[in-house]
Amino acid sequence: MIYIFDGSLEGLLTAVFEWFERKPGLTKIVSEERHQPNVFSQSFEVLTDRAKADRVWNGLAKRLDRNWMRKIYCTYLSEIPEMHQEIFGFCCYIFQHQAGAEKNYGNAQVLNITQTARKVEREKHRMEAFIRFQKTADGMFYCGIDPDFNVIPLLVNHFKNRYADQQWIIYDIKRHYGIYYNLQTVEEIKIDIDKSLMKKANQHLLDEQETLYADLWKDYFKSTNIVARKNTKLHTQHVPKRYWKYLTEKL
Amino acid sequence: MSERLRKKLNILADAAKYDVSCSSSGSDRKNTNKGVGNGHQSGICHTYTEDGRCVSLLKILLTNHCIFDCAYCVSRRSNDIERAAFTVDEVVELTMNFYRRNYIEGLFLSSGIFKNADFTMERLLRVVKKLRLEENYNGYIHLKTIPGASDELITEAGLYADRMSINLEMPTETGLKLLAPEKSHQDVIKPLGFVKNQIIQFKEEKKLIKSVPKFVPAGQSTQMVIGATPETDKEIMYTAANFYKSFSLKRVYYSGYIPISNDSRMPVLGTQPPLLRENRLYQTDWLMRFYGFDVQELLNDANPHLDTDIDPKLSWALRNMHHFPIDINTADYNTILRVPGIGVGSAKKIVQARKFGKLYIHQLKKIGIAYNRAKHFITCADTPYQLKDFQGHQIKGFILAESQSKYLKTPNNQMLLF
Repeated sequence: MIYIFDGSLEGLLTAVFEWFERKPGLTKIVSEERHQPNVFSQSFEVLTDRAKADRVWNGLAKRLDRNWMRKIYCTYLSEIPEMHQEIFGFCCYIFQHQAGAEKNYGNAQVLNITQTARKVEREKHRMEAFIRFQKTADGMFYCGIDPDFNVIPLLVNHFKNRYADQQWIIYDIKRHYGIYYNLQTVEEIKIDIDKSLMKKANQHLLDEQETLYADLWKDYFKSTNIVARKNTKLHTQHVPKRYWKYLTEKL
Repeated sequence: MSERLRKKLNILADAAKYDVSCSSSGSDRKNTNKGVGNGHQSGICHTYTEDGRCVSLLKILLTNHCIFDCAYCVSRRSNDIERAAFTVDEVVELTMNFYRRNYIEGLFLSSGIFKNADFTMERLLRVVKKLRLEENYNGYIHLKTIPGASDELITEAGLYADRMSINLEMPTETGLKLLAPEKSHQDVIKPLGFVKNQIIQFKEEKKLIKSVPKFVPAGQSTQMVIGATPETDKEIMYTAANFYKSFSLKRVYYSGYIPISNDSRMPVLGTQPPLLRENRLYQTDWLMRFYGFDVQELLNDANPHLDTDIDPKLSWALRNMHHFPIDINTADYNTILRVPGIGVGSAKKIVQARKFGKLYIHQLKKIGIAYNRAKHFITCADTPYQLKDFQGHQIKGFILAESQSKYLKTPNNQMLLF
């Protein structure tokens, strides 16, 4: 049996609901865009239903603590296609077993969810570290990113709590959306401009002090290095090269 | 103006870089009144220098003028280097502007001693007060306690700082007397003890009265320079263990000595910094703090030095083969934690997972233990039966043969002629 869903988290949870309605046995779950019709097996189209999804989510929340609910969400945000099947299987596993079944790290799905969630949390943590705001002339702090996973939803609280008195934008260039803090709330935004402009703000739009502080930061980065201890391997292990394009000190 | 600032930053960041403390963890300070900044419980490393050390705090000296003449320090009085000093406003501006751009996690402020201890401490205090009270800054602040400063100043500083530290500099009193005759360990012990008692007192009061302010919420740390004087690893780690216990320190840092002068009492210029030794000391430190090892198990009169070719946990296990092999499916958590190749995370997962059924080799591998190393010390559901009982040195041979150490397998102490 193949379940086809629309790719959203609600759709995935609805699929879990439909599966328990019908109990079709071994089931493969794929999103619409990745579905390839197959002569040998039946397929079933899952119609996303908010009410059903909520029932599944609340049911999970009764059996799992907040950390585990976050792990499921993080795994979904990884956007790895194989993970749809893992989340689906994991939800079914949780409902079919007694409370506490999520601690069974010998189970492949449990372990997979844990490890993928960890990868996503690591990416989120890296973004908290590597985002470098540029101050524009109108006092806005801007940064464009293209993280491996869709971590922007996980970044909102951290940046809202930390930079409560400045307006900022974090924009995901790869996924074409961003978040904007207007001193009160954080809202989702979409900008329609040339992609190349998004990575770094244009020179003439910047605050006049921006170059000074960027230079000071570069200087600091250089002078805090101890040449006698040079260890390039360790350096790139901590700051993989794909992140260098965000980093003011690495430009 | 900006040129001067750049020059000052270069001099004073360069002078501060030998202080290895970098952590920004342990503080849960909240961002109040819509200010800027907050503490992050686990800390954030915002970047890493090319030597692989993390940069999470803006680490600078207020000034590198100093009245002391400690042989191991670049800022010593007799050293002919360029001197500079920041004004209070300059430090505040730098911190705020770096922080707002998400470059740093906070400020690490230290200073050379000019005039006297109180005068220096008072300057440091002015910086942190301005940040906290005028700029409404709630980010991390790591402040050096200046030995010899008055209790009142230290107490006041503790109300604004997240972490305070004083460096022990040399692991033993004799070592310190040799290189810095003007200093003694007593100068360090007194303020460390004072701050520790204040932390306890504020915590007690906080239980009764909610409005009691935070006092050094991220605790205290210290640092030892290693390799400048001929201490053994045992002496270093016993001192560290003692300080962890007596002063409830959060961290002890070990800083491999990098030759900076032609002083005949210390390694000559151009000597490689003892990076491997530093690494082994940190491993021992971790075993003490997170793995339930007692320092006497790892280092004692029979083994005053840590092995260079294998890590201290493996070396302990090989000396104590009578504890092994242990059964993964029945042994308690603390025993599993002592197996080389199993870390805290894996040990926890194993203990939870085995409630659901016996664990097999493929599951252990997936959980993430270093199986090739651990297999000599454990049995699980499908461990192959083995007739031969290997000795410690044989197992060491197996492990070394298949591992790829980033350090040399045979230490290359002998220098080449050509």
